[in-house]
Amino acid sequence: MFFWTQLSEYMRFALEALSANKVRTFLTTLGILIGVTAIIVIFTAIQSINAYVEEEFSGFGSTTLYLSKFPWVITENYWELRNRPEVTLKEYKLIKDRVTSADWISPQLEAMRVVKYKNKSLEGVYVVGCNEQYPFTNNAIVEFGRFFTEMEVHRARPVCVIGQKVQKELFGKEDPLGKRIKINGLPYRVIGILEEKGDFFGFNLDNQVLVPYTAFRGAGFKNRGITIAFRAKDASKIEELEAEIRGEMRRIRKLPPAAPDNFAINQQTMLTDFYKQITGTSYLVVFIIAAISLVVGGIGIMNIMLVSVTERTREIGIRKAVGATRRQIMLHFLAESVTISSLGGIIGIILGVIIASSLLQVIKLDTSVSIFTILVGYGFSTFVGVISGMYPAYKAARLNTIDALRYE
Amino acid sequence: MQDQALIKVEKLHKIYQLGKTQVHALRGIDFEIQPKEYVAIMGPSGSGKSTLMNIIGCLDVPTTGKYYLNGKDVSQLSEDELAQIRNQNIGFVFQTFNLLPRASALHNVELPLIYNGTPSRERRERARIALEKVGLGDRIHHKPNELSGGQRQRVAIARALVNNPNIILADEPTGNLDTVTGEEIMQIFDELNRQGNTIILVTHEFFIAQHAHRIIYLRDGKIEKDEIVQKETEEV
Repeated sequence: MFFWTQLSEYMRFALEALSANKVRTFLTTLGILIGVTAIIVIFTAIQSINAYVEEEFSGFGSTTLYLSKFPWVITENYWELRNRPEVTLKEYKLIKDRVTSADWISPQLEAMRVVKYKNKSLEGVYVVGCNEQYPFTNNAIVEFGRFFTEMEVHRARPVCVIGQKVQKELFGKEDPLGKRIKINGLPYRVIGILEEKGDFFGFNLDNQVLVPYTAFRGAGFKNRGITIAFRAKDASKIEELEAEIRGEMRRIRKLPPAAPDNFAINQQTMLTDFYKQITGTSYLVVFIIAAISLVVGGIGIMNIMLVSVTERTREIGIRKAVGATRRQIMLHFLAESVTISSLGGIIGIILGVIIASSLLQVIKLDTSVSIFTILVGYGFSTFVGVISGMYPAYKAARLNTIDALRYE
Repeated sequence: MQDQALIKVEKLHKIYQLGKTQVHALRGIDFEIQPKEYVAIMGPSGSGKSTLMNIIGCLDVPTTGKYYLNGKDVSQLSEDELAQIRNQNIGFVFQTFNLLPRASALHNVELPLIYNGTPSRERRERARIALEKVGLGDRIHHKPNELSGGQRQRVAIARALVNNPNIILADEPTGNLDTVTGEEIMQIFDELNRQGNTIILVTHEFFIAQHAHRIIYLRDGKIEKDEIVQKETEEV
């Protein structure tokens, strides 16, 4: 009850001291200021990168499972994995009719190829042989023209759908629909153009061409490994789907019950989980760096608070003489140290937000500084203020009233 | 006069440890002070009057002996309990004024009320009234360095008064003032006593002590003399 009627006095006490020594106050807040700025900038950077990565990964389709030889995140012995058999087209043909909980299934025969149109040529184009269900399994959207049909896949028609980079590089302003391009010397007719997808960790997703897998010839695909994408419409069916793929695949490969899987079922969350694991470590590093700078800032505050207690010895004596208890004296000085550190915290937050948002603009990420980050920054600064003010405040409270009154 | 003394001290001893030597500052002090008395404590330096004042003012506790304030034994209370007693019962006036340099006159006077949780509006009002009482109603927003020595001491008196204490304890209140101003300050104490305040004055100047109605002389930690000042308006 007393606390509230005295609150203004505590604040007044703090502000008086701070405004009497403006330069000193500013210098004292620097440590906290820098620490909080660092927290805001780095937290925001990490959160933005996280958001960016989540968005990138979302292109895979969160309800799609990818059956392939290798897992995306390798935690087992690579040499054992290497000896696994490839997932083949033959296996695709067997499994596609057995897995009932998948709504869409597409094989993916992947290769880097040279693509040519007239006298222009583009190297290192990512060519994928797939079926008509690929747009659903892999969130590929046709912006102009159309995707190939089941019939075209069945008949191995030499048609293709191209990415926007291929379109720009080879056709420029020319309309590509209906034109023929050559992939490794074989002609394909362009029937569709994919929506722009942007980069995926520096890999241009628009530098690709999709063709019916049946028409993707010439590179000895009989023996090369493929990936099979399975997608369930409903996220709740994903476990069932995975169990079914595993069961059918083991049956196809006639694996005895005790043998481990010799294939991998991948999922987008594996990448995001792995990524989170890595960033978890970087969070920790950031936390340690910020903690160090806050500790240094806290020591600075404690130092200045000790000076302040000495400077105000006589004032403490006066306050105690007229009836201030130890607790009240302590609260005065805690208010002072918390005010200093909060000041640093607030300036640090402002500075951090400015730096972080301009940084985000530069690297073109459109996320913003979260309230959580700001609260963490402010919380830390207040915490440091309380901790570093504790000892000086205790010292002040313990001063002998008579000696303090006589202090010159 | 009431049956119960406002202050009653019995066999007060105070021993300080200064390094390896013991200083026996008070060697058995006994006296009583009744409400509304106007008492001066006199003595040369080293006589123990500061020590006695600190104990009466509840800034310090005796090594042995009893101190009853309003009938309550306060001789062995904790520091925070003493702080509350000081807040409620004692108004200090110091030689060096002891005002907060950065605070206005009004705020300085409010100070005792702040620590007992008086709501801010009430304490501002009471502080203003106390300042008017000492003739500083027009200077409530001045800071100590904008006031003369006499005015500063008036602020200190207002601060001592504001909580309606049982005792106003003045330690050499004119020591830092010229004679004329000192006399003006003493007039205020005289007036406060006429209004019914108990005043204890610690001084080594005889003509200041003459304002009181009773003088307790200390020497070497003991009461040398305790006499009534002969005046036409006697109280005790």
